[in-house]
Amino acid sequence: MTLSPHRGGLVILLSFALAFMLTLLPLPDWAQQYRPQWYTLVLIYWTMATPQRVGVGVGWSAGIVADVLTGTLLGQHALALSLIAFITHKMHQRIRLFPVWQQALTVLILLLIEKLLALWVMGAISQPVPPLAFWAPPLVGMLLWPWVFIVLRDLRRRFQVS
Amino acid sequence: MVVSLALMFVDQREHHLEGIRSTLSVALSPLSFLVNLPRSISEWAAESLASRSELQQTNLRLRKDNLLLKVKQQKMDALEAENMRLRNLLDSSFKIGDRVLIAELVAVDLDPYRQQVLINKGTSSGVYEGQAVLDANAVMGQVTHVNPLTATVLLITDARHALPVQVNRNGLRTVALGTGRVNALELPHLPNNADISVGDLLITSGLGGHFPPGYPVAKVTSVVREPGQPFAAVEARPMAHLDRTREALLVWTLDTRPGDTLAAETPDDGTIGQQPAEPGSEPDSGEQP
Repeated sequence: MTLSPHRGGLVILLSFALAFMLTLLPLPDWAQQYRPQWYTLVLIYWTMATPQRVGVGVGWSAGIVADVLTGTLLGQHALALSLIAFITHKMHQRIRLFPVWQQALTVLILLLIEKLLALWVMGAISQPVPPLAFWAPPLVGMLLWPWVFIVLRDLRRRFQVS
Repeated sequence: MVVSLALMFVDQREHHLEGIRSTLSVALSPLSFLVNLPRSISEWAAESLASRSELQQTNLRLRKDNLLLKVKQQKMDALEAENMRLRNLLDSSFKIGDRVLIAELVAVDLDPYRQQVLINKGTSSGVYEGQAVLDANAVMGQVTHVNPLTATVLLITDARHALPVQVNRNGLRTVALGTGRVNALELPHLPNNADISVGDLLITSGLGGHFPPGYPVAKVTSVVREPGQPFAAVEARPMAHLDRTREALLVWTLDTRPGDTLAAETPDDGTIGQQPAEPGSEPDSGEQP
């Protein structure tokens, strides 16, 4: 927004890289479907904390990266993540003031939106309807949010990302 | 933004975006490399720290296996020659020789709702889109995305995959559709009186041109004939160990148009060439619905 120089872009980039690595990390079969949407959590945090830097554009790029890495239809994650970045960007001033548990609920809704969009895309390209466990990652993500939030906030403060 | 996304969707269908995808995935390959690193290290350690007696045992076992396989191969050579001779007499075309290359699976989890795996060979090894991939037992799938270093393989059980097969016993041709479950294939549109029964072996028919003919695919596990329904509900279990295998074989069908044989058979390093065969058939339409 202003002309003040941005700082700590590397930290944001690295946190995204870590999130993507966690997404690719091989897990045992039973755990695979509960894998939280790491990159979405990271995106929500940075959009909320530094809305002047991270927004729809970053969300879209992160989505394309996610598509390429997980081998989904190119644009599927991009659509969902740009929408999430948009919503978070709109509401960042409100979300910031929430206590953590209330934030977690908001995050749950955002994560569910991402899953819903993914479901629509899967329906559109005639993949079979996924089992109920498809909806588990948002819940896991919600439970993880407080920790993600604290870790990323400490990172932001230490490196003075603005 | 929405417009660009709409473009994406359209383009993806038409395969115009393969270039972008492969460039991006090359740029992102350090990530998968890092994720795969712990496993590579542990495998390397296990190999280099294996005890002497273990190595001796493996060596012994492998030698035995090799001997057995060689004996089988002898028979196979004779049979192959005889088969070719008979086919020549019948004036029909067939090809047996294929070139294969061994690739390793990269320990990376992709979208859990698609049946896909990543392998560590790409265009630099000559891998191309639509190439058939086997494991030690049977057909695994085909290459869908490829970049210079890695390739994504769509398994035959993915819900968007269809594979032309035939019943080994009587040559009945059909199509095996993926179900999205790793242990089941579906054979739709087989009439109620079709000659198919539990335990039948399905092999690739080679129709469609992507897969070489004659490789085992699956065993029929259930045939349900409902008198009221036009088609029987037939399910089969893939013979490839889709969820357990560590190595995959990439197959080049030797395109045996006369004069083309030699060009097709220039082996790279690490590939195993076999006898090319006589006149060949033309590949026709694509695979995926």
